[in-house]
Amino acid sequence: MELYELTAHELMDKLNSGEITSEEITKSYFSRIKEKDNQIKAYISLLEEEALDKAKKVDEDRKLGKKVSKYAGIPIGIKDNICISGSKTTCGSKILENFVAPYNATVIENLNNEDMFFLGKTNMDEFAFGSSTENSAFYPTRNPWDLDRVPGGSSGGSAAAVAANMAPWALGSDTGGSIRQPSSLCGVIGFKPTYGLVSRYGLVAYASSLDQIGTITKDVTDSALLLNLIAGHDEKDSTSMNLEKKDYTLSLVNDVKGMKIGIPKEYIGKGINDEVRESVLSVAKKYEELGATIEECSFEVGKYAIGAYYIMATAEASSNLGRFDGIRYGYRTKQFNNLKDIYRNSRSEGFGAEAKRRIMLGTYVLSAGYYDAYYKKAQKVRTVINKAYNELFEKYDLLLTPVSPITAFKVGEKIDNPLEMYLADICTVPINIGGIPGMSIPCGIDSNGLPISFQLLAKPFGEETIIRAAYTYEKNFNFRENYKPTFKNSK
Amino acid sequence: MSLLDYEVIIGLEVHCELSTKTKIYCSCPTTFGAEPNTQCCPICMAMPGTLPVLNEKVVEYAVKAGLATNCKIARNSKSDRKNYFYPDLPKAYQISQFDLPLCYDGFINIETDEGEKTIGITRIHIEEDAGKLNHDEFGRGTFVDLNRAGVPLIEVVSEPDLRSKEEAESYLRKLKSIFEYIGISDCKMQEGSLRADVNVSVRKKGSAKFGTRTEMKNMNSFRSISRAIEYEANRQIEVIENGGIIEQETLRWDDISGKTFSMRDKEEAQDYRYFPEPDLAAIKLSDEYIENIKKSLPELPESRKKRYLLDMNLTEKAAKFVTDSKYFSNLFEEASSICNNPKAVSNWIMSDIARILNEREEEPEDIRFSGKELGELVSLIDKGTISSAIAKKILEEMFENPENPSKIIEKKGWVQISDENAIKEIVNKILEANPQSIIDYKAGKDKALGFLVGQAMKETKGKANPQILNKLFLEGILGDNSVK
Amino acid sequence: MSVNKKEIVHLAKLSNLYLSEEEIEKYAKDLTEIIDFASMINSVNTDEINETIAANENFNVFRKDQVIPSMDRNLLLQNAPSQDDGMFRIPKVLN
Repeated sequence: MELYELTAHELMDKLNSGEITSEEITKSYFSRIKEKDNQIKAYISLLEEEALDKAKKVDEDRKLGKKVSKYAGIPIGIKDNICISGSKTTCGSKILENFVAPYNATVIENLNNEDMFFLGKTNMDEFAFGSSTENSAFYPTRNPWDLDRVPGGSSGGSAAAVAANMAPWALGSDTGGSIRQPSSLCGVIGFKPTYGLVSRYGLVAYASSLDQIGTITKDVTDSALLLNLIAGHDEKDSTSMNLEKKDYTLSLVNDVKGMKIGIPKEYIGKGINDEVRESVLSVAKKYEELGATIEECSFEVGKYAIGAYYIMATAEASSNLGRFDGIRYGYRTKQFNNLKDIYRNSRSEGFGAEAKRRIMLGTYVLSAGYYDAYYKKAQKVRTVINKAYNELFEKYDLLLTPVSPITAFKVGEKIDNPLEMYLADICTVPINIGGIPGMSIPCGIDSNGLPISFQLLAKPFGEETIIRAAYTYEKNFNFRENYKPTFKNSK
Repeated sequence: MSLLDYEVIIGLEVHCELSTKTKIYCSCPTTFGAEPNTQCCPICMAMPGTLPVLNEKVVEYAVKAGLATNCKIARNSKSDRKNYFYPDLPKAYQISQFDLPLCYDGFINIETDEGEKTIGITRIHIEEDAGKLNHDEFGRGTFVDLNRAGVPLIEVVSEPDLRSKEEAESYLRKLKSIFEYIGISDCKMQEGSLRADVNVSVRKKGSAKFGTRTEMKNMNSFRSISRAIEYEANRQIEVIENGGIIEQETLRWDDISGKTFSMRDKEEAQDYRYFPEPDLAAIKLSDEYIENIKKSLPELPESRKKRYLLDMNLTEKAAKFVTDSKYFSNLFEEASSICNNPKAVSNWIMSDIARILNEREEEPEDIRFSGKELGELVSLIDKGTISSAIAKKILEEMFENPENPSKIIEKKGWVQISDENAIKEIVNKILEANPQSIIDYKAGKDKALGFLVGQAMKETKGKANPQILNKLFLEGILGDNSVK
Repeated sequence: MSVNKKEIVHLAKLSNLYLSEEEIEKYAKDLTEIIDFASMINSVNTDEINETIAANENFNVFRKDQVIPSMDRNLLLQNAPSQDDGMFRIPKVLN
């Protein structure tokens, strides 16, 4: 077994027992990346030198018997919209192609504090606008399960890197499903925590009221371990909640007896691929066998979530992307005579088609005469959605749904039809609107050999319940041991 | 129709930089005049991924401003984004407040020729200042300095209650004075920490409907505001008289030509697309919080004025003059407590101090000596140690080198001569030299005595005690013993 | 609800984008389609419902008024496309 095939907690055990060194781990990953990433294209930039330096230093510290964190010497992949000081942060966009962040995101500080380090920055849809990673300004990322297919998005690089063993784990960001959907399409665990649990400071904003940093891991144990590091109050983020620190590994308990799980009927009906539905229903059955109560319920307002989502997310995005103006940083056009040229040409040449589409859409819904009909109405619908969740979580500990209505689709299949692409987010966006936590857990493969996943949702700050149920499922059905990516092309 | 048939309607939007130590959404210092881009961090430079966190002092200062201007204080408030592109606005949106300002429905009273008048205050909200654009005279371009970006501001919006440039100026002075009293801003107009957008419209007298208004942005001197209002009102009247229509637009006032100019491309009507700022939390103020701020407010000018009139016997004019500036008022109170002669202190402030400031082109806040020193100066006159002529010289000296008046007297040898024998010698000398003055005085020309006293003052470099001089001259002229 | 080409041109101006004739056409079609779809939210009864104005219930998140030294200017300007005298340089802005 190669080191790169291990989970992060397995690596930590071997590292802390002295069986292996951090340098060995790091070299193993970079050789794997060199072997596979020309096919997958999960990374935008690699931080090999910095990683090896840090690995050697941590090994030295361990050798000298210095007290080090148990995470010390474990590498990680970082989505390229999270700032690492002194490194490029491109957001998958030409407009930030050469942008070197002058500061660290809070999550990066957290990882640094444990002496962890970074393999590289992972590919993404430009500014996290997309569900396929095809909107990257640099290149699309491929799905390790089928190289002709997309890995999902927008955190497609992170998900593909973990699935292809090019990173033990990775950070992503999730605004409408950007962690969970690619994790689902790549057969790994994706966890979007409650809004406000993880600091957004240093995450380049897409839609500020929906964005949340989360984890992409090979198993549930790693999710808990990584969440322990990134969760917590941050004074630099006004939306960060000041709550007592939790140890999520305490929820790694193989027991769901007595748990009440609701299945909203809207998500196992029309519009959901048959194989996906079957697979998710079999998960429900499994939980029932394991002692949980399963009940069908209704989340009627959920069907309006996509409409509300694309109104509020693009509104915020149109404002968040105003700062890319070619003045202080980022791409500046060569074609200019005056300030207006700098603005218009830099932005037109620097942003891709989907970014422009969302900026215009967001500008539209906020503009005079339309604000009440769209933005304000969407925020009212948001209140209705929150109420519906509150009511459901009074009855149920968890909700169970698919993550994506379909498995991985082919590169280029939906790129010309934005609306169809947006509809692929139907199961994931309501979670961001509600600000609640959601985890994507693989549960099978379809007839094309592509991963299918289910999603567990809990009330705000109900991460522990999700971890417990996901861990129990994993203990009783280990997807990773049964299925492996093929790195083949479609037939 | 003539100008007199029209009424001018003025409303002011006053922007006031708050004197907090740090910016509104980051911890950078707010010091004025620092090297370009040295009071900056990734947050106020709008680096991707950064987030704002509200400075608690900004809320406190805005609430203070609201309470001091009789506003209601919102229990629930929030921040909003105002979106537009300009190189001095790094995020391409200004964080401001749209529909839920911190303070609303207030008023202040101003003095007008017709007596006291109440001017309504629609709202006071918090927002961030923009950076500064420096224009290169060699045409190399424009240079962006973001030191000022994120400096906290309050915007105070008045009702269109002002009817003349005098009222507008009086309102602005009053507002400035109040903000100085409560210590939320240094209100330095020349540094731009107090500036106003001026809205002007005109209507025929008796008409109930407002005319279309124009707006002149970022005015930062009383003189320009006053001139701009006059010019703009006359321009509008002329347009209307000639059958034209006033367009609602933003104008730029040019101080050199004394004219207003159209500023914006009319085609591109602004659409700021306000929406709630998702990066900031809501503001909820408790009664207790507001009550505590209320308790911490210092005595405001109106109440001080009343006290000066009733307890200290100042004239209406003196009380107003002294309380118009917090610095004068503080100087006055301290000095009066030392010398126990408020009337004299107020006279010094109104006459000589105001004159010297004017000559030096300084503001009351630039005075470097304390009320204690001024009080001592007045005491020295009252005790007869110095004449008021010497006192004036001492005061001039105090502006140059702020020091204890006694020290100045000692250094300069300016102690008053009150020794009758010494003075008598001088009086006799002068009487001998000016026999005509004696004849004149006896013939009823009182002025002659003044001339003689003046000569004696000259001789003693102003140090002779004037009462004793007067007495001895009169004795000399009228008594026979010294005149042959 | 259709978004016409004139509106697209206006939106492009507001968002400081230059669009080709082709793009204008494409975005008019895309936006019309998306807005049409999103208009489904009008079927939700929101009488007496307040809009959500913050993503969570946090309130009164304040910072103390204490100075943290500013960042080194060179670091802040390291990404500037054009700079001079410690400032960002742009073409002359008339005002």
